[in-house]
Amino acid sequence: MRARPRRDELAFALLLVALALLSLWQTLSIPVSPIYARVGPTAFPWIASVGLLVFSLVLLRQALGGGLPGVDRQKTVDWRSLGWVGAGLAANAVLITTLGFVFAAVALFACTARGFGSQRPVRDALIGLGVGLAAFLGFARLLGVNIGAGALEGLL
Amino acid sequence: METLALLAGGFATALSAQNLLFAFAGCFLGTAVGVLPGIGPALTVALLLPITFKVPAASAFILFAGVYYGAMYGGSTTSILLNTPGESATIITALEGFQMAKRGRAGPALATAAIGSFVAGTIATAALTFFAPVVVELALKLGPAEYFSLMVIAFVAVSAVLGSSAVRGLTMLFLGLVFGIVGVDLQTGQPRFTFGLIELLDGIEVTIVAVGLFAVAETLHLAARHRYGEDELLPLSGSLWLTREDFVRSWKPWLRGALIGFPFGAIPAGGAELPTFFSYYIERKLARRPEEFGRGAIEGVAGPEAANNASAAGVLMPMLTLGLPTSVTAAIMLSAFQSYGIQPGPLLFQTQGELVWSMIASLYIGNAMLLVLNLPLIGLWVRVLRIPRPQLYGGILVFATIGAYGVANSVIDLAVMYAVGLVGMLMKRYDFPVAPVVIGMILGPLAEQSFRQAMTISQGDVTTFLTRPISAAFLAIAAALVLAPPVLRAYAASRARARSSP
Repeated sequence: MRARPRRDELAFALLLVALALLSLWQTLSIPVSPIYARVGPTAFPWIASVGLLVFSLVLLRQALGGGLPGVDRQKTVDWRSLGWVGAGLAANAVLITTLGFVFAAVALFACTARGFGSQRPVRDALIGLGVGLAAFLGFARLLGVNIGAGALEGLL
Repeated sequence: METLALLAGGFATALSAQNLLFAFAGCFLGTAVGVLPGIGPALTVALLLPITFKVPAASAFILFAGVYYGAMYGGSTTSILLNTPGESATIITALEGFQMAKRGRAGPALATAAIGSFVAGTIATAALTFFAPVVVELALKLGPAEYFSLMVIAFVAVSAVLGSSAVRGLTMLFLGLVFGIVGVDLQTGQPRFTFGLIELLDGIEVTIVAVGLFAVAETLHLAARHRYGEDELLPLSGSLWLTREDFVRSWKPWLRGALIGFPFGAIPAGGAELPTFFSYYIERKLARRPEEFGRGAIEGVAGPEAANNASAAGVLMPMLTLGLPTSVTAAIMLSAFQSYGIQPGPLLFQTQGELVWSMIASLYIGNAMLLVLNLPLIGLWVRVLRIPRPQLYGGILVFATIGAYGVANSVIDLAVMYAVGLVGMLMKRYDFPVAPVVIGMILGPLAEQSFRQAMTISQGDVTTFLTRPISAAFLAIAAALVLAPPVLRAYAASRARARSSP
């Protein structure tokens, strides 16, 4: 008895096949100087790309033939939760280049907490501010990581 | 005796005030991330990688070693009190440990885990101290062909042996190898897989991939299945002291766990999961009251916890002597060595003797610190476990942002991290292992180097890997690792069929 292939698994397998083809294309476009013709810069990329292609095709066959062995049918995605976290990540990327890391951290923290079911956005934003400031000071001062300049960071 | 003198020199470095502070910070952070579900030592070491630009190598590795050991201790607390293993290596601990906690014996479970970790960790560190120089002697005799074949064993072990499906593991390994190729080829100076982007010339940053795969992917995965429930945290119950009977039942499993864990960690087939399963199985066989297993048998916590910590020390052996990481954390530590311009391998003990020995000495110190941190201060970690999930994951993403954005203040890096996180979420969803990607990406370039050196020596003759006896033996082992499990399964299935049809 053969189950109907699951569309989501199929899509993931196709994504991997596409990555393998992309990698093969990039391998073919590496120029090879005749000095290195035998064991040049392309030998290993060939191994890696062909390996990825072979195994992703096996996965594709498994997905077509009734699903990946040992993987349960997935529960439905909680889009609301995922949406909040995604929105937080997007806001993070936009704000970090404009208002700076700390404000980006506040937005990211509050949205993620909301996504995980917190109902107190103001409190979350304040905690996010604390975490962001502590993280900024810790990493910038102790580890010397440059997290960019922003509206607030310049004052510290 | 020479080893003892070198170790004493290591202690001299490790016991300086600054390095003790680094050891303590590492143990503290390590326990914290071990306790917290969803984040682990690999992510933490990846986030701390920038420290390699600020402090001497010895201090950085003492910090990393503390994180690495600390997470093993912290993970058991989560397994026992929450039944959600903090680390994959403490899945087994949850079996008996959570049952003990349910019966009001959380204290003894935590105590036997912590003391067992200390005993086994110390024994295994001693084994590392005395065996590592021997392995170095042997390793110096290996040529590039043998090295390449040895790396093939490591690749196969992490992708085909561990995990639920060899096909999925190997797919992820090759994906990691492809990631590792991106950037300028060191031998010819040609850009590879860069799509003409200047940002990719230096390759894909390890921190970004590790943070994406661990922090972002984990958060997205949990958000996607948010509706499916919370875990219940059991209270800290029972005395933290072992009764005489608990002790009598624990000490043999501790020692057996150490003996099982170290060799499993030390062979390049690494991983801490196998030895814990193995130890659990043996303890159940040997137990005087096997009927207690599944209902909170202390042996089932003592043995696997000891095995888990001993294998953590074992993993450092191939890492320090051969430059061969067999766990994700070890792989990220390897990239820290590279960031100092140090190439791990047999020469490490000669060229960077002081660094290696102070790191090993710090493991003894760290074990002692961790025993104190995890028993008298256990209340602190229970509070850490109480951090509500919404705020915990908010914080994890903020730290992940620093990890990616701090590399070069580039939004492209941030986008790469998001993309990796999205792929990682799908990997978790469809049960693809993460370790092969990271190990393939970090070890791949080294494997390529050995491959090309070997091919140059043999003047382009691929059979060199099969005609050199040691290399051929390594490849045979690798082939056996891939082929043995399906063959054994088929054999077992055919026997089962034969029995059911008389």
